[in-house]
Amino acid sequence: MSFFSTRFLAASALALVAATPLSAKTFVYCSEGSPEGFDPAPYTAGTTFDASGHAVYNRLVQFKPGTTEIEPALAESWDVSEDGLTYTFHLRKGVKFHSNDKFTPSRDFNADDVIFTFERQASADNPWHEYISGITYEYYSSMEMDKLIKSIEKVDDNTVKFTLNHPEAPFLANVAMPFVSIVSKEYADTLEKAGTREDLNNAPIGTGPFKFVAYQKDAVIRYQKNADYWGEAPKIDDLVFAITPDASVRLQKLKAGECHLMPYPAPADIADIKADPNLKLDEQAGLNVGYLAYNTTVAPFDKPEVRKALNMAIDKKALVDAVYQGDAEIAKNPIPPTMWGYNDAIEADKYDPEAAKAALEAAGVKDLSMEVWAMPVQRPYMPNARRAAELIQSDFAKVGVKVDIVSYEWGEYLKKSMEPGRKGAVILGWTGDNGDPDNFLSVLLSCAAAQDGGANRAFWCNQEFSDVIAKAKATSDHDERVKLYEEAQVIFKKDEPWATLAHSTQYVPMRKEVTGFVQSPLGDYTFENVDLTE
Amino acid sequence: MLRFILTKLLYLIPTMLGITLVAFGFIRLLPGDPVLLMAGERGVSAERYAQIAAQLGYDKPIWQQYLHYLGNLLQGDLGNSLVTKKPVLAEFLTLFPATVELGLVAIIIATVIGVPVGVIAAIKRGSWFDQISMTGALVGFSMPIFWWGLLLIIFFSGILQWTPVSGRISLMYFFPPVTGFMLIDSLISGQAGAFTSALSHLILPSVVLATIPLAVIARQTRSAMLEVMGEDYVRTARAKGLSPRRVIGVHALRNAMIPVITTIGLQIGVLLAGAILTETIFSWPGIGKWMIDSISRRDYPVVQSGLLLIAAIVMIVNLIVDLTYGLINPRIRHK
Repeated sequence: MSFFSTRFLAASALALVAATPLSAKTFVYCSEGSPEGFDPAPYTAGTTFDASGHAVYNRLVQFKPGTTEIEPALAESWDVSEDGLTYTFHLRKGVKFHSNDKFTPSRDFNADDVIFTFERQASADNPWHEYISGITYEYYSSMEMDKLIKSIEKVDDNTVKFTLNHPEAPFLANVAMPFVSIVSKEYADTLEKAGTREDLNNAPIGTGPFKFVAYQKDAVIRYQKNADYWGEAPKIDDLVFAITPDASVRLQKLKAGECHLMPYPAPADIADIKADPNLKLDEQAGLNVGYLAYNTTVAPFDKPEVRKALNMAIDKKALVDAVYQGDAEIAKNPIPPTMWGYNDAIEADKYDPEAAKAALEAAGVKDLSMEVWAMPVQRPYMPNARRAAELIQSDFAKVGVKVDIVSYEWGEYLKKSMEPGRKGAVILGWTGDNGDPDNFLSVLLSCAAAQDGGANRAFWCNQEFSDVIAKAKATSDHDERVKLYEEAQVIFKKDEPWATLAHSTQYVPMRKEVTGFVQSPLGDYTFENVDLTE
Repeated sequence: MLRFILTKLLYLIPTMLGITLVAFGFIRLLPGDPVLLMAGERGVSAERYAQIAAQLGYDKPIWQQYLHYLGNLLQGDLGNSLVTKKPVLAEFLTLFPATVELGLVAIIIATVIGVPVGVIAAIKRGSWFDQISMTGALVGFSMPIFWWGLLLIIFFSGILQWTPVSGRISLMYFFPPVTGFMLIDSLISGQAGAFTSALSHLILPSVVLATIPLAVIARQTRSAMLEVMGEDYVRTARAKGLSPRRVIGVHALRNAMIPVITTIGLQIGVLLAGAILTETIFSWPGIGKWMIDSISRRDYPVVQSGLLLIAAIVMIVNLIVDLTYGLINPRIRHK
C-alpha cells in the first residue's frame, strides 16, 4: 500500500501545482441528496430549494437570516390595504438577472417577471403551466395560493398589486417561500423561441447570490458568485455542492477537508464532531414538533381526561434521551419555542404513572388495549419512531394499557392514518414551511384539516380553537395575532388531542475555518454570507 | 455462428416482454404510491389526488396503463421520471458509464486476483496458502458491503489519508463529460493530474465492489482446478513427462476455466446488486443509487424502464459469455 500512497501523494501534489485551480475561494458543501430539478416551483424537497431557490433565486420578500421574520428582497417595500385584501409591492430597481451562454438579459428585473412567476403556476391556460409534461405545482396548491389570490396587476414597471379573496396575514410569509422564486420572463421568452423550454429547469437564470454553472447528475453542482448581486456580494468565489447521501461518509469528507460544511449529521456522531479540533458544531432548536395523535373521535380517546391520563403516563425525558440521544427539547405545545406566538406559560404534562392510573380508573377505562403507529421513516422531528413506540408501549403497560405497535409503508402510513375511524394513536410530526404559527396550527389541528385531504390526524375539531386561529390568520396586527395564538395553545392544552413529544435540535457541523454561516430555523442552507478564513 | 447469435437474440424478445410485465407489476404491487409520497405529511385531498393521477395516466385500468407503456416502448419512449420529469433513457445514459467503469475495474480486480489465488490454492491443496486464502474468501463472501466500505473509508481515507473519501474525481477538475468514463475523460481533458485523481477515487469503491465476486471466483477456480487435476488426461499429460507448468497452464487451467467463466458472467448480476450499496456509500453517481432512490419514491417509469434496461444489459453480457465458451472450449464451438 505504501507504494500506492507515495505515488498518489506525489501525483496529487503535482496536480495541485499544475492544474488550473478554481478561483481563490471555493466553498464546498456536502449536500445530502440530488435536486429534483432547478425550477423551484414544481418541487417540494428542501434539497431542491437549497440548490435552486436559495442559491440562484430571490423572492419578493425573504426571511431575515437566522429568523422567520420577513424583510425586503426584490420588493423594497409593500403596502397592505386597511381591509387586508390588497398588497402593493414596490419593486427594487436595477436588479440584474444572471446570464449564461445562451442568454444575456436586455433589461432589469421588473413587474412582468413577478406576474410571470405567479401566473405560470396559477393558470392552467398559461403556456408555461405544463412546460414539462407531467409537471404540477404542489406548493402553490397546498399553500392554497390558488384560492387566496384573486388577481395580480402590473401598476407600472416597478409596482405590482396583489388582490386577495380574503384577508390572510401569512400571505407575506408565503411569498418568501422558494416556490415563488422570481424567474425571468425574458429568459422564458428566449427559451420559447429557441424551442428549449425545459432549460428553465436545467439551466436556471435568477437574480440570486450565485450563478448556476453546471450540474453533473447525482454528483456535483457548481455555482459562481454573482458579482452584480443587488445585495451584499458573496465573499466566496465559487460554491460547490458535492452530493453525498450517506451521513457517515459526509462526516468523513468533512474531516478530510473535502468539504467545508454538511447537513444532517447522524445523531451518534455528534460527540465525535464535538471532539474534533478541526470542526465546529452549530446547534439550534429546530422549527418542528414530534407528536402522538390520538383519534379523538373514537372511544375512549374522545374523552379529554383519558388523553390527559395517557399523556401523564409517558416518560418524555426518557424518550428524548433514547430516541433523540438527548438532542431535543420536551414539547409541551404544538408549536416550537423558537416560533413567535409560543405560549411559555402553559404547564407541561407531568410524568406521573400513579396519577395516570388513577385518572384512567376514574374515567372508567379498564383493560384498554390500543394500537400505536410507528412511522417507517426517519425524520428530523422523529429519528426513530419504532423506538419511541416501544417506550410508549412500556410506559402504557405500567398503567395497565396494552399497546400493539403497527407500521406501514410510508405512503400507506400517511394515507391510512388520515382515514376516518382509524384505530389507535399515530406517531408523526411536522417541520415548518414559513415560520408562521398558522402553518402548524391550521395545517395540523383545524376542523378543516380533519377532513379529507387535511393533516389533522387527531381528527380533533374544536370550534373555539378553529375560530381563534381563523381570526389570527385574518388579522394583520402582529401583537393581536400573538395573543390569539397564545389563546389557541391554551385551548389545545385543555383538550390535549396529542401527546406532544419533542422539538428536535438541528446540528450543522462545519470546519473551523468557516465563518458567517447562519442556521435557518426553517432548515434551509444558504451560503451568501459564508466566508473562509485561512 | 451467426445463426446461433440470431437465435439467442430472438429468445431475448419473449424474455424482455416478461421483464416488462414483472417490472411493471412489481413496483405497483408495493404499497404506497408516488402521489402520496410527494404530498408527504401534509396529505392530499381525494380531488387533488384524482387530478394528479389523471394527469399521470394512473387513473386508467392497469392493463390499459401496461399496453400504453408497451406502445410507448415500441416507439422507443421509455417514459419520464415522475421526480425529475426527465426522460428515463437520458438519465440512464448519463449515469450508466459511471456504473460500468466501477463494475469493469471491480471485475478485473476480482478476476486478476481471484483466478491465480484459486489456481495456487488448488495446486497447493491443504497448504497454509490454501487455508488462509479460502478462509479469506469465505470472510469476503460474507462481508456486509456497507460496513466494509465505511471501514475502508475510515481507515484509508480518514486515518491514513491515502485515498479520497468519495466522489469520482477531485472537485478542482472540471471538464464536460465526453464518454462518461472518468478515466478516459480525464485523459481527454488534458488537465495534469486529472487521471491520477480519477484513479485514486476508483480504488476504494472498486475494491469494495470486487470483494464478493473475488471470493466467489477464487473458490470456484479452486474447486474447478481440483476437479480437472484429477482427470485422466491430466494424469496422462503428467505421465508423458510434460512440465508441470504446461500441465497446469494448458491441460488443466484451460478446462477449469469453463465453469469459472460462467461464474464471472454470473457475477455481473451480483455486481449490479453490489453497486447499489457501493454507489450509495461512495457517492458514486451510477444507476445503482438511481434505482434505489426511484424505488423508494415509487418513481414508476424509472423503475420499470430502468429494470428493463439493466435486464437487457445482463442478458447481452450473458450472451457474450456464452460465445466465449466456444473460444475456450472447442467441444462446444458453435458452427
